[in-house]
Amino acid sequence: MTIVGWLQAALVFALVCLLVKPVGTYMARVFEGERVFLTPLLGPVERVIYRFARVDASREMSWKGYAFAVIAFSLVSFAYLYALLRLQAFLPLNPQGFGNLAPDLAWNTAISFMTNTNWQFYSGESTMSYLSQMAGLGWHMFVSASIAIAICIALIRALARRQMNTIGNFWVDLTRSCLYVLLPIAFVGALLLIWQGVPQNFDAYTTATTIEGAKQSIPQGPMASMEIIKELGTNGGGFVNANAASPWENPTGLSNLIELVCIFLLGGALTYTFGRYVKNQRQGWALFAAMTTLFLGGFIVAYWAEAAGNPAIHALGVLGGNMEGKETRFGIAASTLFATMTTDTSCGAVNAMHDSFTALGGLVPLFNMQMGEVVFGGVGSGFYGIIYYAILTVFIAGLMVGRTPEYLGKKIERKEVQLAILAALVVPVFALIPAGIASVLPAALATLNNGGPHGFSEILYAYTSTVNNNGSAFAGLGSNTWWNISTGVVMLFGRIAIMVPVLALAGALVRKQAVATTAGTFQTTSSIFVVLLIGVILIVGALTFFPADALGPIVEHLLNLQGKVY
Amino acid sequence: MATRARSLLDPEILWPAVRESFVKLDPRVQMRNPVMFIVEVGALVSIFFAFRDARNGQAAFDLAISAWLWFTVLFANFAEAMAEGRGKAQAEFLRRTKTETTARRLVSPGAGQPEREEQISAAQLRRGDRVVAEVNDLIATDGEIVAGAATIDESAITGESAPVIREAGGDRSSVTGGTRVLSDRIVYVVSANPGETFLDRMIALVEGAQRQKTPNEIALSILLSGLTIIFVIAVATLAPFSIYAGATPSVVVLIALLVCLIPTTIGGLLSAIGIAGMDRVLQRNVLAMSGRAVEAAGDVDTLLLDKTGTITLGNRQATEIIPAPGVGMAAAYRAAYLASLADETPEGRSIVLLASTRGDGGQANTEGAEPVPPAGSTFVPFSAYTRMSGVDYADGSQIRKGAPDAVRAWVAQSATAGGGVAVVTDVLVAEVEKIARAGGTPLLLAERGRILGCIGLRDILKPNMRVRFDRLRAMGIRTVMITGDNPLTAAAIARDAGVDDFLAEATPETKMSLIKREQSEGRLVAMTGDGTNDAPALAQADVGVAMNSGTQAAKEAANMVDLDSDPTKLIEVVEIGKQLLMTRGSLTTFSIANDVAKYFAILPAMFAAAYPAMAALNVMRLATPQSAILSAIIFNALIIVALIPLALRGVAYRPRGANAVLRENVLIYGLGGIIVPFIGIKAIDLILVGLHLTGAN
Repeated sequence: MTIVGWLQAALVFALVCLLVKPVGTYMARVFEGERVFLTPLLGPVERVIYRFARVDASREMSWKGYAFAVIAFSLVSFAYLYALLRLQAFLPLNPQGFGNLAPDLAWNTAISFMTNTNWQFYSGESTMSYLSQMAGLGWHMFVSASIAIAICIALIRALARRQMNTIGNFWVDLTRSCLYVLLPIAFVGALLLIWQGVPQNFDAYTTATTIEGAKQSIPQGPMASMEIIKELGTNGGGFVNANAASPWENPTGLSNLIELVCIFLLGGALTYTFGRYVKNQRQGWALFAAMTTLFLGGFIVAYWAEAAGNPAIHALGVLGGNMEGKETRFGIAASTLFATMTTDTSCGAVNAMHDSFTALGGLVPLFNMQMGEVVFGGVGSGFYGIIYYAILTVFIAGLMVGRTPEYLGKKIERKEVQLAILAALVVPVFALIPAGIASVLPAALATLNNGGPHGFSEILYAYTSTVNNNGSAFAGLGSNTWWNISTGVVMLFGRIAIMVPVLALAGALVRKQAVATTAGTFQTTSSIFVVLLIGVILIVGALTFFPADALGPIVEHLLNLQGKVY
Repeated sequence: MATRARSLLDPEILWPAVRESFVKLDPRVQMRNPVMFIVEVGALVSIFFAFRDARNGQAAFDLAISAWLWFTVLFANFAEAMAEGRGKAQAEFLRRTKTETTARRLVSPGAGQPEREEQISAAQLRRGDRVVAEVNDLIATDGEIVAGAATIDESAITGESAPVIREAGGDRSSVTGGTRVLSDRIVYVVSANPGETFLDRMIALVEGAQRQKTPNEIALSILLSGLTIIFVIAVATLAPFSIYAGATPSVVVLIALLVCLIPTTIGGLLSAIGIAGMDRVLQRNVLAMSGRAVEAAGDVDTLLLDKTGTITLGNRQATEIIPAPGVGMAAAYRAAYLASLADETPEGRSIVLLASTRGDGGQANTEGAEPVPPAGSTFVPFSAYTRMSGVDYADGSQIRKGAPDAVRAWVAQSATAGGGVAVVTDVLVAEVEKIARAGGTPLLLAERGRILGCIGLRDILKPNMRVRFDRLRAMGIRTVMITGDNPLTAAAIARDAGVDDFLAEATPETKMSLIKREQSEGRLVAMTGDGTNDAPALAQADVGVAMNSGTQAAKEAANMVDLDSDPTKLIEVVEIGKQLLMTRGSLTTFSIANDVAKYFAILPAMFAAAYPAMAALNVMRLATPQSAILSAIIFNALIIVALIPLALRGVAYRPRGANAVLRENVLIYGLGGIIVPFIGIKAIDLILVGLHLTGAN
């Protein structure tokens, strides 16, 4: 661990902190339809969209109407992408002449991008036409993030409103999220990345002759525009297979910094937006503080484990940190920082090979996801994920102060607990059960590259990543029908089975009267709430996954200490 | 009512509870509690595996696990049976008072003819029947007095031996079945059919026959069931995971791990906590119509308290008599005495008392005889219309005492009638105002054409009320005093008593609108009441406590009845409600926190063969894999027994702010819950080693 390493992390996080308030305030104004500095430019566009789509912006929806709109829109978007991938050979902007995708890979990829997962069982540069990348995958990178932000805003409204039935208009929230939040930031960010050297063109691949005389094909394409939304929308799907480790996607330390800040930006800012909605900024900061603590804890462990290196390799006389699978232009600090942040959120972009991390270094990204990606989290989804935990925390802690538990004055009763538990079940059900099947299923084990506990970690990581819509991988899994279909199903449930209960929760909360705050009220702005929230997140994650993790990274670490590697 | 607090180890309760623990093993009973049902199924399956493993030497271990799983279920059953047993013992006590009685029913043979009595069994009485009761008669069933007044011994119901007065009309007209008439004769109308009386409801409530899960309990059950499902998945998937790792998973060990992880501690004690909470309310002689009401009491934000009887002693008392200028002290005292002699209100009697004992050496007192009005004089009783009472002498002179404006008007008018004597009515103005400002009630004393003096009546605050209100404030509860007094008086008493707010000149309508306003601002309101005109407000309030002495209407509208008719009891009910929720929350936290140690005990033991390196996770250094698993499962069973007293008594409660309470409970039950099992499991392991039961082979 080095001073420079710590300073890099400090710089990234300081920039995030600086941006939380202005961006959070901006979003609160945008979603309430107030005037912002971009209104003169985007207002007319927004109105044209509504007129064209026949949306009455003033008409609000009940939670059921909202959920129906979300699902219908997602289905249509899914079908569109599936068709595009199956037909790309016949469509323009395909200078390399790539063929159509196989049905199971197209299904996996379409679900993957619809659900904001961006799990990639393909290599972008040798599979996808520019049209598929931009109009297919790129479209989903914007709208899947916008859907999650819209749902998050609907939940925030439900927490702020009293005794109402509606939680907003999905089409309006979706449009505003895309138009006012994602597009402007992505536009500026893409320009910065182009300045740093990320390509943005429709050229055919360049064929170069290396100094040794070998022929090399260098990919081209509209990369900068995709790269920025990949981080900003916590999508994570790379234009090229090497993702942000590739010098095309992430050429410099500065581009790495921009990308890291973008990963945390909206997730962090939404806590401020929340504070504004409920007219108590401290409520937002309390969640921000819990997220910050969990982020720092994870980063410190991962950085320490990677800087310490693999004890089995030290035993061979090779000392120093673990540089296997890392880019020398980033080094250990920036690589572990990226790995921590990309799994704290549902981003899943990588600038180093997670599979090559030490056992404990790899446990951190795995555990980050097992907690449900609530540390800043996916745009929108991280916020509503942590609200589930806040409800569980308030329920248990609220009983301990001798009152019916309440959050923001809303009583947490049977229905809310039911929905929070339902959501808490999604990750164990759709990560552990498929992992259990895969770990004894010959068809699954056939394409597993590593054996022993490390191989098991790869299986566990795959389902943990897909159920949480993260998309990063330990790799080590070869794409085949089993993996394509099963991870597709897991991604779908990981998204829908969380979103629908969130909207139901919003529907239940928005009807409630807020109870008055007294000295007997459990304050959700207090430090003890933050500590308890962190405790509940850690304990629920740990209790659910400790047995599995013990058989994966933990035992691998113990075996490394004995000199065994996998 | 059994007011005596029972010892936890009362053999009358203990032995039936042990028997009941086995009866409750019936799967149909266990089904209602998913957590314990899983333990029972696990115990059954383990027996099956014990037989299957008979050949490979694992049978003893399997049987030991199975035995401790049965114990786990039995201990949980025992906790519930203990809690129920305490209620049953009280119900038994009540049943003894419900002896078969006869009643003297009044029947009217026809219009115009006198009513006659007939003897019938109490069981034949129906709502609307009219019944007579005289000295030594048992009141056959619940009813409302329509004629007469009587002193009644209610000790069978309330445990209070002092007799109470019940009379027709007003707010003290209800009688309860099972009580006994000590004097006089009353006629009451039956208000409940057999099986629906107060006593019947009370027996059903204390027996827990009608116990329904409260809203918070249901929500907590859902949370516990959800956690259980998560653990079932985590443990079940360990089977394929260990096959991948090259280990053979033992079903019995997986069951042991599952039972250790699922929240058996809180799952086993949850219903006992609820029953015991109701029981604690009953021990304070409050009859809660549902557990929901007790739970709601814990949430109360605003407490409406009637001034009279709650904050102040029942009635105002005369504390001073001030003579008017030019009137002698003795004359003023004498006039006060005579004017009040006919006033049977408590206020009137207190004036008589003051005037006869605190004279300044007037003739009446020095001679040891009370002033007696001359023969031929007539008393004028107090009426709400005149707002005065007094005496008219045979010689035509009159004495009056009453509300200042009424008396001044009377003085002016009587003087005119008496022949136009110049009268001064504006004496003692400053004194009257001073008494009113200090929260007292000023009365004026006058004879024809002359004001004689001023009487000050004051509210006497009950002792220790300020301390109680401070406690409530610490809990975050606002107290509002309800009074019919004018705002000036009300403010003074509110200040003296230390309440947060007051509602002056209260009428049933203003009371109702106050409750509705508080509720619309998101506050839960509790109130006490006894009169029929309190009934709508009692029903509107989230927690309404009726006094047992009150009317039937009030009792029916309320969701609790205080058998002692002590309005300050509400404070204790609030504390019990809070304690009930705290006990549930604390034991849930404890139960979940326990899992950390159990993982460290069982996981290394499970994979000792496949991954010897896992021994590093055996931080407790437990002797063998078998002893590790057994120790964890034994700890898991014993902790339920160890926590039964806490479940029945409730966690320690002191009125404090939420954050302070939380910090303490998190430290004790959260941090304690993590540490205790490490120590406990290690200790059990050492004992197993000492007894050579480690299964080392």
